[in-house]
Order: sequence, then C-alpha cells, then structure tokens
Amino acid sequence: MLIRKAPDVRSSEITPKDVYLRRREFLQASAAAMVAAGFGALPGVSEAQARVKLKGPIKKSSFSTTEKVNLYEHVTSYNNFYEFGTDKTDPKANARNFKTTPWTLEVEGMVAKPAKYQLEDFIKPFALEERIYRMRCVEAWSMVIPWVGIPLKDVIDKVQPTGSAKFVEFITLHDTARMPYQKADILDWPYVEGLRLDEARHPLSILAVGIYDEVLPPQNGAPIRLVVPWKYGFKGGKSIAKIRFVDKQPRNTWQVMQASEYGFYANVNPQVDHPRWSQARERRLPDLLATTRTQMFNGYADQVASLYSGMDLRKNY
Amino acid sequence: MLKAAAFAAALIPAAALAYRFYTQDLTANPGDYITDQTGTWALTMLVLSLTVTPLRRLTKWNELIKLRRMLGLFAFFYATLHMLTWVVFVHFFDTSFMLEDIAKRPYITVGMATFLILLALAVTSNRFSIRKLGRRWQKLHRLVYVAGIGAVIHFWWLVKADTTEPQRWAAAVGALLGFRMWWAWRSKPSAARSPRPA
Repeated sequence: MLIRKAPDVRSSEITPKDVYLRRREFLQASAAAMVAAGFGALPGVSEAQARVKLKGPIKKSSFSTTEKVNLYEHVTSYNNFYEFGTDKTDPKANARNFKTTPWTLEVEGMVAKPAKYQLEDFIKPFALEERIYRMRCVEAWSMVIPWVGIPLKDVIDKVQPTGSAKFVEFITLHDTARMPYQKADILDWPYVEGLRLDEARHPLSILAVGIYDEVLPPQNGAPIRLVVPWKYGFKGGKSIAKIRFVDKQPRNTWQVMQASEYGFYANVNPQVDHPRWSQARERRLPDLLATTRTQMFNGYADQVASLYSGMDLRKNY
Repeated sequence: MLKAAAFAAALIPAAALAYRFYTQDLTANPGDYITDQTGTWALTMLVLSLTVTPLRRLTKWNELIKLRRMLGLFAFFYATLHMLTWVVFVHFFDTSFMLEDIAKRPYITVGMATFLILLALAVTSNRFSIRKLGRRWQKLHRLVYVAGIGAVIHFWWLVKADTTEPQRWAAAVGALLGFRMWWAWRSKPSAARSPRPA
C-alpha cells in the first residue's frame, strides 16, 4: 500500500516507525470494528478520511428544520476545533489522520452505572436519528447541518445519574500526540463543556456520530460530539472521551479563557451582545451579507424557553 | 523598474482574491475571508512602508525611497477594501448599526481611527500637498507611526484566543519604530547624548 504524504510534513507529524508499520493492521482492525459497530464496511482503507456511510436505519425527526442544508464541503472545511489549529481551515488538514477507532468513552461521577465503553458498544443500544439543525457560532455565522446521532436523554436514562447529580460535563480527548495543538498554550486543555441536567435531558440535545448519513469526519468532532442547537456552537464539545455527572456547575473551557465574554449557558440570544460584537444578526454561510436576524434560542424558543423561565439571561449569558 | 515591479507585486493579493472569488474558492465564509485577507494585506503594506526608511539607512540603497509613498497608498487601498467589507457585508450601509459598532466596540473604534489616519495621509500624499503644507506635512505624515500601532491593536483586540499572529505584527512594528528612536538618539550630537560636567 502506498502511503501518500503531503510535501510539507512537520517532524512532529511524522508517524513513528513502529506505529507506521502497524498501520495496515490498525486499518484492518478499525475497518472490522466499524463493520461490527454497524458503521458499515469501509469502501477502501487507504485514506483515513474516506467518507463512510452510516449503516442504517436512520430515523427522521420532526425536530429537523426544512431550511436549506449547507454543502458537505462547507460543513467539513470550516471548523473551529482548536485542538487541530486555530484557523477555520486547519482542522480539516491537521485532523486528516486522526484515529478514532478504537475509542473509549468513560461515563463517571454521580451515576449508578459508571463504566468505560468501547464507542460501538456505547452507541449500539440506541436508534440513530437524523437531526437537521441550525448551528449558530458565537462568532456570528451560522450553518444548517444534517447531524446523525442519538438523543442524549436516552443515554442519561440508561446510565442513571444519582439524585445529587445536577450537571453533566463533556470532556474532550486529551492526547497531545493525536491532537497536536494541545501542545500549545491556547486554551486550558482538555476542552470541557457542560450542561444542566435538564438541558441535557431536553429532546433537542443529541450526541452526534455522523453528518449527511455518514460517519462524522475528524474535523467535525469524530467520533462523537455534543450538539445543543439552541446554544452557541462552542457548547458542542467534540471528540468526547468522558461524560461526567457532577453536582456543581462546571467551568467550561471558554468561560475559563474569558469569563466576561463566554458564559456557562451560552444560549443564542440576539439581545445580549458579545462584548466585542453584536449578536443581533448573523451570516448564514456562504452568504456574503451578515444581515440575517438572529433568533432567540436560535429559533428553538418554543421548545426550550421554559428551561430558563425566571432567569436573568443578561447575567446568565 | 523597481517601482513597476513593486507595483505589480503589490497588486497580486488583490488579483488572487478576485480570481478566487470568481472560482468560488473563498472558503465557506467568503465574506469573512475577504475581510481577513484585505486586513492582513493592509497591515502588510503598512509595515512594508515603515520598513523603507530603516532599510535604506542600513543598506544605503537610496532608491528604496521611491517605494515609500506607493506602499503607503497600497496600505490605504487594502484598508479601504477592508473597511468596505464591514460597511457592505456586515452592515449593508446601515448607519445606525455602524455607529453603534464604532461607539461600542473598541477594536472597531481603533480600526476606524486608523483608517481615517490612512485616509488623511493618502489625500495629502501628492506633490501639491507637500508644497502647500511645507514643514507641517512631515509632522502630519508622522501619524503613520500611530496608524501602525493602531492597526496592530485593532488586530490584537479582535482575535478570540490565539494571539500569535498579532504578536508577530506587534514585534515588527515595535522593531521598526524602535529603530527610528535609536537612529534619532544616535544622530544627536554626542554632547547632547551624554551630558558631562564641563
């Protein structure tokens, strides 16, 4: 098998020889694992980023929007995923060899059934659903993305948080060898996001494992990520390694970085500006004009506004 | 010859943008991409124009001076495109939104002030103005140092987390202004430099 390399490979990216020699074995194993996991057979194992159809069935959902979906090309080439670089186009390039099989997902903290799962075992009990959601970035751009995932509520019901659990934390993989920019002091690694338990149990909240009926590409947070469509995109923790149930409100990574600009709730709210820019309008990509009006809770107010009744959303931004 | 080559080179970024616009190769967020690119090139041209004098002094290559005004005007050219992306793409000529932006957001305030400096320098960059303003012309055009600092602050204040790039630009502008201070200090008569009791 010929392994092609881009000409500008940094020494830090070069695979050690022993790993390199095990690559074929690894690819075969991962292909087998994916088949076993119901992800379907890989059409070819020569490229880590080969597009792979999720093995059905995938249920449709009444939560899906009928708005025009963004191009696959745009959704997968314009990403904020600082573990793979801070430019929008970095993750696609730098995550192309990111290995997501095998993947261990740990459920811990205040739950009746703490456990370490192989991802495929974790997913297996649940039915996949397509959820076409608006995604509003805190940077005032938005896309419409056809996610495929499982309702977070189903997962929570299965692992049974104890009575003292009030919040859920989602912790991204911390592995500087596989996520090169974790070596740089950009954010407080690993990336942590969190939800109140009732937010996590809301039927709109999902753990996504795919887009466009295909396996989630690395740059979009493979193999499993959080999607909470009424909140700014940064709430959607990617490449989740741990789900932890806790009794105190977690300090999410962007809040740690700059608490005056990024809060815990991060609900999309056109009335509460980011200190450095307005959140009243957004740019629906790939439009040139940034004049689309941003909707309260990103248009999901009917479903989620009651979660926040009586709360001052200016303080709890 | 030197000037013509530099002129052509300075147009390459604009041509590249136009070409990529035409072939729809401007990422999923073309508006933002154009804003970023024109901003980066405005800053680049500004820093290059600030490099002319130190480089000329160090190398004694006096012909370089011919490039200074042109590079400054290119900085203004890219800054104008950059500012227009904000006027058209972000606000679509909505003055109340624009005024709010300028008043409420420090990086926009600084960016706009920097643009106004470049505008003033561009309109007085002709021979007529130089003659008319006399000594005041040089004073006015020293505002380019303020513009250099303003452009870097504008950039620094808009990034979310990774300040690597603005740091590099700050170092460049710092070095170029530092060189001028050192040169001015060096050029003073030695008596003034180190006063000694007579």
